[in-house]
Amino acid sequence: MYVAVKGGERAIDNAHEWLAEERRGDTDIAELSIAQIREQLALAVNRVMAEGSLYDPDLAALAIKQSRGDLIEAIFLIRAYRTTLPRIGHSKPIETSDMACDRRISATFKDLPGGQILGPTFDYTHRLLDFKLAAEGKAPVAQTRETDVDRMPRVTDFLNQDGLIQTETPTDTSPPDLTRQPMQFPAGRPLRLQNLTRGDEGFVLSIAYSTQRGYARNHPFVGELRIGRVVVEMDIPALGFAVDIGEITVTECETVNQFTGSKTEPAQFTRGYGLVFGQTERKAISMALVDRALRWEELGEDNMGAPAQDEEFVLAHSDNIQATGFLEHIKLPHYVDFQSELELVRKLRRETADATKEAAE
Amino acid sequence: MGLLAKAQTDDLGHRFSALTNLPDFKWLQPPEIGAVMVRGRMGGVGAPFNLGEMSVTRCALMIASGEVGHAYVQGRSKVHAEQAAMIDALMQTERADEVRAAVLVPIAASRAASHQTRAEKAAATKVDFFTLVRGED
Repeated sequence: MYVAVKGGERAIDNAHEWLAEERRGDTDIAELSIAQIREQLALAVNRVMAEGSLYDPDLAALAIKQSRGDLIEAIFLIRAYRTTLPRIGHSKPIETSDMACDRRISATFKDLPGGQILGPTFDYTHRLLDFKLAAEGKAPVAQTRETDVDRMPRVTDFLNQDGLIQTETPTDTSPPDLTRQPMQFPAGRPLRLQNLTRGDEGFVLSIAYSTQRGYARNHPFVGELRIGRVVVEMDIPALGFAVDIGEITVTECETVNQFTGSKTEPAQFTRGYGLVFGQTERKAISMALVDRALRWEELGEDNMGAPAQDEEFVLAHSDNIQATGFLEHIKLPHYVDFQSELELVRKLRRETADATKEAAE
Repeated sequence: MGLLAKAQTDDLGHRFSALTNLPDFKWLQPPEIGAVMVRGRMGGVGAPFNLGEMSVTRCALMIASGEVGHAYVQGRSKVHAEQAAMIDALMQTERADEVRAAVLVPIAASRAASHQTRAEKAAATKVDFFTLVRGED
């Protein structure tokens, strides 16, 4: 129950002013610029863009600064901002086959055309703190090697040549949009993918991990993981043709999963798919695993009762802004609610005491 | 238009400032910041789904001689959108060659160069496998 409570205004204003001062911290230390956050905390920026569901690095950097580095708070700010933007339209589906790859690896084929390109990865680092970073130093310079910019062939295309993997059929149907209509179940794969790509990284990771540990195990291999830039193209009605409206960095993960076949399908590999804004590799792999687990029904697999197979459970709990909103509202005044609970407990205790007294008499 | 949309705002501003005697114009649609829903495809090639939005600024203007310029550019820079629309309009006039040489060619070149540099850094991280042969025969 909600009732209007007045009187906190001055306290709230002062709390916000103190927050602003604390955000700035020690004024003897130089203030962070938005550009510094965008360039040097790029993976935090990427996460805020992915889960805020708005690709705009400068805005994400601003949100991180404003939220003092609390990424869920930053995502909240981006989600709130994006609701103020008029929807100009939708892009054509991005062509990840044409990606300018910074990184492209496959765990299934060693010698694949285009090669294994590690890119700027944390893999193979020793996870030892580098105290050199604590001191200011010269800007590091990456090595280069002459190359022709080539299109990277897709790993799943090789498998598909022999019909060894389930085919993805291109269509031009307009997908449902959870920012326009409330989610309904069963949601279907397009809506699931939209939900997962903006879902909380920690949540999607945990659900994916649960499948690996045996809760609806589906034996995933990372067929291909690629990170790079893709052009965004959009049909402009006023012009009557499509133009490039920008370029974004995305991470794409395709898993190849065991599938023993069913009554209608021969034994072949199946796919899980992850596609996320920015360099967000852990999230993209997690998304692919969860996508695959949620496809049990379509692929005629058994429902093991695992959380990762429960579409409603996964999709209804993946959004960290919804979760935060509901969770954190319980710290706000519930004085009247609590009064009634208190009354009830007192009444129950009284009744029990009376009953005990009567029995004793 | 695509090149102008993908240009760095600073780079475009710098090239644009080299153009002189810009014509008067009137807005057909003043710059507006909005969002475009970006779509992806399942498995990279299959049915589409909504990936998330990106910020986009659009505008349309008409220059004094009557040509109309449109812009749809990534980000929230109204100046970037205005400059892109002006160039789009000028490209339809007799100043097209001048504008191409002063703005479009250098922007395309700097873009290609930055793509090439990134590709070369990526190539340097390409794994060259070799196999160690163990034992006799």
